[in-house]
Amino acid sequence: MTIETKRLNDVVIRFAGDSGDGIQLIGTEFTNATALLQNDLGTFPDFPAEIRAPAGTLAGVSGYQIHFGSHEIHTPGDDCDTLVVMNAAGLKKNVEFLKKGGIIIANEDGFDNKNLRLANIDENDNPLKNGSLDGFSVFTAPITKLTREGIKDFGLGTKETDRSRNMFVLGLISWLYNRPLESSIDFINKKFSKDRTIAEANIKALHIGYSFGETAEMFAERYEILAAPMKPGHYRGITGNQAASLGLVAASQKAGLQLFYGTYPITPASDILHELARHKNFGVITFQAEDEIAAISSTIGASYGGSLGVTASSGPGIDLKSEAMGLAIMLELPLVVINVQRAGPSTGMPTKTEQSDLLLAYFGRHGEAPMPIVAANSPADCFDTIYEACKIAVEFMTPIFFLSDAYLANGAEPWRFPEAKDLDSITPQYAKVDGTATQKYQPYLRDNRLVRQWALPGIKGLENRIGGLEKEDITGNISYDSKNHEKMVRIRAQKVENIAQSLPDLSFDAGAESGKLLILGWGSTYGTIKTACQELKKEGIEVSHAHLRWLNPFPKNLAKILSSFDKVLIPENNTGQLQLLIKGKYMVDAVGLNKIQGQPFTVSEISNKVKELLA
Amino acid sequence: MTEVLQHIPEVFTAKDLVTDQEVRWCPGCGDYSILKQVQTVMPNLGYKKEEIVFVSGIGCSSRFPYYMDTFGMHSIHGRATAIATGLKTSRPELNVWIVTGDGDALSIGGNHFIHLLRRNLDVNLLLFNNQIYGLTKGQYSPTSVEGQVTKSTPFGSLDHPFNPLALAMGADASFVARSMDRDPKHLQQMIERTAKFKGTSLLEIYQNCNVFNDGAFFTYTDKETKAGEALFVENGKPLIYGEGNNKGIRLNNTTPEIVDLTTGEFSTTDLWVHDEKDYLKSTLLTRFFDSPDLENHFPRPFGVLYAKERPCYEDAVHAQIAYAKEGKEADLDSIIRGRQTWVVK
Ligand code: SF4
Repeated sequence: MTIETKRLNDVVIRFAGDSGDGIQLIGTEFTNATALLQNDLGTFPDFPAEIRAPAGTLAGVSGYQIHFGSHEIHTPGDDCDTLVVMNAAGLKKNVEFLKKGGIIIANEDGFDNKNLRLANIDENDNPLKNGSLDGFSVFTAPITKLTREGIKDFGLGTKETDRSRNMFVLGLISWLYNRPLESSIDFINKKFSKDRTIAEANIKALHIGYSFGETAEMFAERYEILAAPMKPGHYRGITGNQAASLGLVAASQKAGLQLFYGTYPITPASDILHELARHKNFGVITFQAEDEIAAISSTIGASYGGSLGVTASSGPGIDLKSEAMGLAIMLELPLVVINVQRAGPSTGMPTKTEQSDLLLAYFGRHGEAPMPIVAANSPADCFDTIYEACKIAVEFMTPIFFLSDAYLANGAEPWRFPEAKDLDSITPQYAKVDGTATQKYQPYLRDNRLVRQWALPGIKGLENRIGGLEKEDITGNISYDSKNHEKMVRIRAQKVENIAQSLPDLSFDAGAESGKLLILGWGSTYGTIKTACQELKKEGIEVSHAHLRWLNPFPKNLAKILSSFDKVLIPENNTGQLQLLIKGKYMVDAVGLNKIQGQPFTVSEISNKVKELLA
Repeated sequence: MTEVLQHIPEVFTAKDLVTDQEVRWCPGCGDYSILKQVQTVMPNLGYKKEEIVFVSGIGCSSRFPYYMDTFGMHSIHGRATAIATGLKTSRPELNVWIVTGDGDALSIGGNHFIHLLRRNLDVNLLLFNNQIYGLTKGQYSPTSVEGQVTKSTPFGSLDHPFNPLALAMGADASFVARSMDRDPKHLQQMIERTAKFKGTSLLEIYQNCNVFNDGAFFTYTDKETKAGEALFVENGKPLIYGEGNNKGIRLNNTTPEIVDLTTGEFSTTDLWVHDEKDYLKSTLLTRFFDSPDLENHFPRPFGVLYAKERPCYEDAVHAQIAYAKEGKEADLDSIIRGRQTWVVK
């Protein structure tokens, strides 16, 4: 049988299985190989909430979706073309995401009576046999058995042997989509550098998976996806949390500051800690505090001492940091607060994504306590956005919120990375000793942007006391004077507003500068909205899209943009938080599109809403 | 910005430490004495004025930084310990002091308190214990004695109080001492010991709040009762106290006993000799916490109860960074590039 090679423009593959099956590893390695082939891509890991739910159960299913193509890709894709499942639970939970007529590749060993039972499927109702998958192209293979047989000579135990199943699958899928194995082999060699036997066994499993595709006479065709025409430059693949981490190191280096990262472990922010802890050779201090409050408090202490202070958390951890943020606002010290948003109040759904902390970032502190807010719009954009956050924090002597979310944090995409020398400069606003001054140093003296200076302990002549009590303008002395309080409240707010003067105007990602409909987005909805606009355009529907990186202050030209459209649509993974701000601030009757399911929007959800509004 | 500042002693006097801020404690408050003793001792410690930082939380005691013309931060309730941790970790060369109270350190800030002690940063922790909430006008605190009648406990407090020094020993503190506002000489000595010890040095200071809890410690500070109730310990010296040094403490195996030195049955050579480096014996000593109302109670020890150096957190942090720097050049482009890259032409 000859196997045809068919050329595709883009493909969405979803891997699913038990969280012990190494699904995330198959996903990331397939992604790396794909990136090296210069396809554009987007990924979406879908973790279970439990670290190790009982193997084989629905609660233990882990998923990873990759969307790649020979053209621009901005999302991990809505439904998938190919679903690769390691067990019955993986199929049951994910078959709803498979397109009509799509491909299923299943490990039939994961559909034995035990696995069916664990997935709450009747033993007599095996989906691989009962005809329920008739609309799909189903390929099954006894992957567990084939792997065991293929690497039995290495003498590994059953557990170790079965762990290599994922490499069999990676090999098979690499064959099917014409991906070379080199980067995967490199990875295995590095990962198991201490145990050659395991490394060799995994490489063997990878190869037998690859050859299985070729020899098993199951597949009539395999696929190729050509490189995407991308902007010239140097690329790598990156996740949002990695990009944020590198952005922090870069900012600290460019600013000439020691990076102090005070944090407490929490999903989905912890990977930033893991990444930064590896970069101590840059003088990075990672401080794992006893709790969220100590995490931010220690960071404020470090900022006071002259470090670039960064603290990070997610939902509940941010709640705990609120009081200390108020202190940082009063002290007017640089401080970056990272919130990798996750779904729901309280513990909610820790591994799922949501954009529900925008109003928390705006208003979640007592008194009048404004903080600038920026939000990243894609995994790679986390680098630029956090870099800008650091720059503004340091140059405006202010705490600042950086908003990301679980979707950006764990998602990956190609990144056209910059060279260090091309990054913007960052200039700390140090207080200097004036040898001729006759009076004591005045910590709340400001420049024309209303920015005070950074007076570092250790410098003679700058001794001063600051604190959380209301302070007198200029001198910083404690003051309960009523007029002074109002003045200080207004100064602190105006200082944040003044940041807008140094920001570029909001520009359009799609469409004209005026018209019937503007889609105004923020954060991780970017790729989906952009794709929706492109697809609508193909259908002859022209809409405009502008995406906010700066949420406080808003860009100077936002009012003008809003008034140039008949309708404004704001899609958000919350109940309408930006919508509320836009309505309140600009009196624009914006329409919301809201999804609060712990999942990002699909492209069709956006485009259907656009069609509805234009009808 | 982090070049090491040299510890060249520079002459400044207690007067140079006074700020232009009006001191706002109630007249007669024990805080005045503590401020005075700190200002007196400070010029002799070998630090430059600009290297000294006072960090405080919230409470009467936490106003302290405003009255010291050094660097200072009056922060938020309970968090001075955590803020100082970040400051000292990032700037190990600074001379960092934490001023806190029984509510600030042991109630709202209890968590940071124990973690600071376990990490053992080289900072000085002055715990003003007045067994009451002063700033909020008179509620019981975590060190108030059982049965204490306060605004929030009109029928008497039901809470069992903390023994702060025993708590500190439990958190593996490396330096634990106690003094009192009304014994300026002893307080000065203790402040100096506290400052000179390398590691987190905890000095608990019995401080009289004459407005809401007047006389809480008079048993230990008043002429009539002091000798019989306060046991001043000194390293290498036997544990002696009482009117005319008539009493001592001896260890009968592991059990401490009060002995009468006037009967001839025991002499000073039979007594427990204080060894401030002996963790177990120091732990026992911090357990001398009986109410003076109890019959045959132990006297309350004052002085350095425990002092044994062990590695400081901030030193370990910077040693690890230095080690990492040796192994790997800090090349920003190389980490931005990562493991695998490709070029689009
Ligand atoms: S309330 Fe008590 S502790 Fe506070 S200043 Fe007055 S006397 Fe001192």
